[in-house]
Amino acid sequence: MITATRNYLVFLRRCARIAFVGDWRYYAWMGVLTVICLLGLNAYAKQLVHGLVVTGMSDEVSWGVYIANFTFLVGVAAAAVMMVIPVYIYDNEELHDLVIFGELLAVAAIIMCLLFVTVDLGRPDRFWHLIPGIGQMNFPKSMLSWDVIVLNGYLLLNVHICGYLLYSRYQNRMPAKWFYIPFVFLAIIWAVSIHTVTAFLYVGLGGRPFWNASIVGPRFLASAFTAGPAIIILALQVIRSVTHYRITDKALLTLRAIVQVSMIINVFLLVCEVFKEFYSGTTHGASAKYLFVGLHGHHALVPWIWTAISFNLIAMVILSLPLSRSLKYLNVACVLSIVGIWIEKGMGLVIPGFIPTPLGAIVDYVPSINETLVCLGIWAFGLLCYTIFLRMSVPILQGRLAKSNEGQPEIQGDEPDTPDSLPSPAPH
Amino acid sequence: MPLPDNPPPPAPPPGGSLDRRSFLRSTAAFAGLSALAASLSPLRELSDYTSTEQFMQKYYKEMTPDDMKKVLQRITNEVEHQYGIRPHVRDLKPMDGVEFVYALNLTRCIGCRKCVHACVAENNQSRSPEIQYIRVLKMPHGSMDVEKGNHTYDDKEVPDKGFFYMPIQCQQCKNPPCVKVCPVNATWQEKDGITVIDYDWCIGCRYCEAACPYWARRFNFTKPSIPADRINPEMSYLGNRPRKQGVMEKCHFCIQRTRAGRYPACLEVCPVGARKFGNILDPNSEVSYILREKRVFIQLKEEMGTSPRFFYYFDK
Repeated sequence: MITATRNYLVFLRRCARIAFVGDWRYYAWMGVLTVICLLGLNAYAKQLVHGLVVTGMSDEVSWGVYIANFTFLVGVAAAAVMMVIPVYIYDNEELHDLVIFGELLAVAAIIMCLLFVTVDLGRPDRFWHLIPGIGQMNFPKSMLSWDVIVLNGYLLLNVHICGYLLYSRYQNRMPAKWFYIPFVFLAIIWAVSIHTVTAFLYVGLGGRPFWNASIVGPRFLASAFTAGPAIIILALQVIRSVTHYRITDKALLTLRAIVQVSMIINVFLLVCEVFKEFYSGTTHGASAKYLFVGLHGHHALVPWIWTAISFNLIAMVILSLPLSRSLKYLNVACVLSIVGIWIEKGMGLVIPGFIPTPLGAIVDYVPSINETLVCLGIWAFGLLCYTIFLRMSVPILQGRLAKSNEGQPEIQGDEPDTPDSLPSPAPH
Repeated sequence: MPLPDNPPPPAPPPGGSLDRRSFLRSTAAFAGLSALAASLSPLRELSDYTSTEQFMQKYYKEMTPDDMKKVLQRITNEVEHQYGIRPHVRDLKPMDGVEFVYALNLTRCIGCRKCVHACVAENNQSRSPEIQYIRVLKMPHGSMDVEKGNHTYDDKEVPDKGFFYMPIQCQQCKNPPCVKVCPVNATWQEKDGITVIDYDWCIGCRYCEAACPYWARRFNFTKPSIPADRINPEMSYLGNRPRKQGVMEKCHFCIQRTRAGRYPACLEVCPVGARKFGNILDPNSEVSYILREKRVFIQLKEEMGTSPRFFYYFDK
C-alpha cells in the first residue's frame, strides 16, 4: 500500500515536472497563455469589486457571452464521445490511441464551463449554497441543479478514465477492463445528457418562446457533434506537428466523416427552425426576427447570424465534397464550422432569447471590454490546461515517461522515441 | 538515447550554469508571483463585500427564532453603520387565513407613474442606478399585446388620448416559474401567496430573471446606493431591508406593510383609486367583490399557466 502510494506520488511529481519543461516554442506558448490568464483574472477581480455592472448585461439581457461560451463549451465537452463511440463500440483501430486526447479535451472544456458559470454569478462567495447537505439544492425541479450534477459527474468520469489509462500505461500494465470500461460506456450516455440538460435549461422557460422549442435540444447535439470533432481534428494536427506522436491521416478522415454528417443535420435543423419561426407569422417569432432580419430598427445580431450561417453553409459544402479529403481544405472547413457554431450558439441562441423582453422592450446587448477579457482569460486557462494535459500524456503514451525509467535522467524536449518508430523523418 | 532535434542543455550542468539556471528559475517565479499579485490588486477595494456572520448564515427556513434574532441584529447594525439610521427590522410571518390578491382598474389608471416612485421610496431600492419594480406601459387603444406598449413615454400630461396605461409588477403567480428554476431555493412562495427572496441566500445566477414571463425581477448589478435621508427604517427581512450587490429583488406586495395590516405603498399613492388589494379568502373584501362582480378581468399572459394573483379589470 505504501509502495503503491509512493509510486503514484512519484508519477504525479514527474508529470508535474514535465509540465514545466519544453522547447522555446512551448515556453512562448505557455507564456502568452499565462499573460492572457492574468489579464482575465485582473478583469474578474474588477468585476468582483464593482459587480456585474462592468459587463454589457442588464435586467433586459441578463445573460451574455459568459453563458454563451458556457453553452458552446458544454458541446465541445460532449463531443469527445464522438471519438469514444467509434473506438469502444465499433473497434476503430485508427482512433484507438487518440481517444484519450478527446477525453482530455472534454476535461479542459468542462473546467472552462465551470469557470464561465462561476464568473456569471452575482455572489460567487455563496457557491456552497448549491452543495447538497450543507446547502439547498433545488433538485430535481431546477434544471440548473441538474446541470451542476451532470457537469461535475462528467468531469469526474473523464478524469478517472484518462487518469487510470495513463497511469496504467506509465506502469506498463494492461488496464483492468472492469475498472474503466463501465465508466467509458457511462460517459457515452453522460455526454449526451450534459448537452441535453443544458438545452433543457433554456427549453424549460415558457416565458421565452425563442427557447421554448423542442428543436433546441437536437440542434444543440448536432452542432456540438460538428464543432467538437472539428476542434479535435485541428488539435490532433497540432499534436502531430509539435511532437513525434504518430497520428495517421486516416484517423483525421474518420473524424471528418463525423463532422460532415453532423453539419448536414445541423443545417437541416436550422432550416426547420427558420421555417417555423417565419412562415406562421405569429408574434412569437419576434426574437427570430430580431436575430435574422432585425426588429423595429434594431439589427445588432443580424451581421453575426448571417456570418454564422454562411460559414456553416460553406463548411457543409466543403465537407460534402471529396475536396475535404485534403487536409488543407478540411482544416478550412473545420475552422469555419467552429466559428460558425460558436456564433450561432452564443450570440445566436442566448442573446435573442432575451430580445424583445417579455414586456416587449428591445434593448441591445454588446459585451464590454472587461467581460471580453474575462472570457479570453478563461479560454487561455482552458488551453493552458489542455496543453499541460497533452504535455504529460504524450510522453507517457510514447513510453518515454514510464515507471521503468524512474531515476534515470528526465526527458527534456520532444525528442523522438526511437528513430525506426517514426512515420516519417522528423520535421525541420 | 538518440540525439534530439533541439539539443537540450548538457545533462550534468557545471557549477556556473547551475547557478545561472536557478537564478533564472527564481527570477521567473518572482516575476510570475508579482504579476499574479498585480492582477489581483483590484481586490483591495473589496471591503464590506460580506462578513463572516453573513457568509455562514443559515437558510431562512432552517433558522431557529434565536438565529433570526441574531440575523436581525446584524442587519440593524449594518444599516446603522452604513446609513447612520437605526432601523426597525422585523421578520413578519404570513397571517393565517390570508391570501393576498391585487386588482388593477385599467379604466382608471392614467399612467402618472406615482406608484413607481412610491414603491422605490418605500422599498429602499437603489437610487443609482435606480431599480424600479413597476413598469408602466403606454398601450394603444384596443390591444393587450405588450409588444405594442411604450416603456419610455415622456408626455407632459397624462393620460394621452387614444391610449391606455398598464402598470406591470410581480404577478405573485400561483405557479411561479421563477421559484421552480432557482437552483438553491432562494426564492419561494409563502402561505399568503407572496413569492419572496432570501437576499442572503441568493447566488445571483439570474435564472429566475430569465424564467419570469412578466419581467418582474431585478438584479443588483452593482452596490445599491441610497441617500441616507431616503432610507425607510421600517424594514422586514423578506421585504425592503437594503440589498447587497449581486442578488435579485422584486415586488413583494410591500410585505413589511401588508403583513402588518396596511396597504401597499403603490396603492396608497394612486391618485385615481385604480389599485385594489386585499384578502381573497375573505368574501367581504374589496378584491373578492371585484373578482365576483366584474364581467371581465384579465390575468396577464394567462396561456403561460402561471395563474397570477394580479388581476386587471375594467369599469365599463
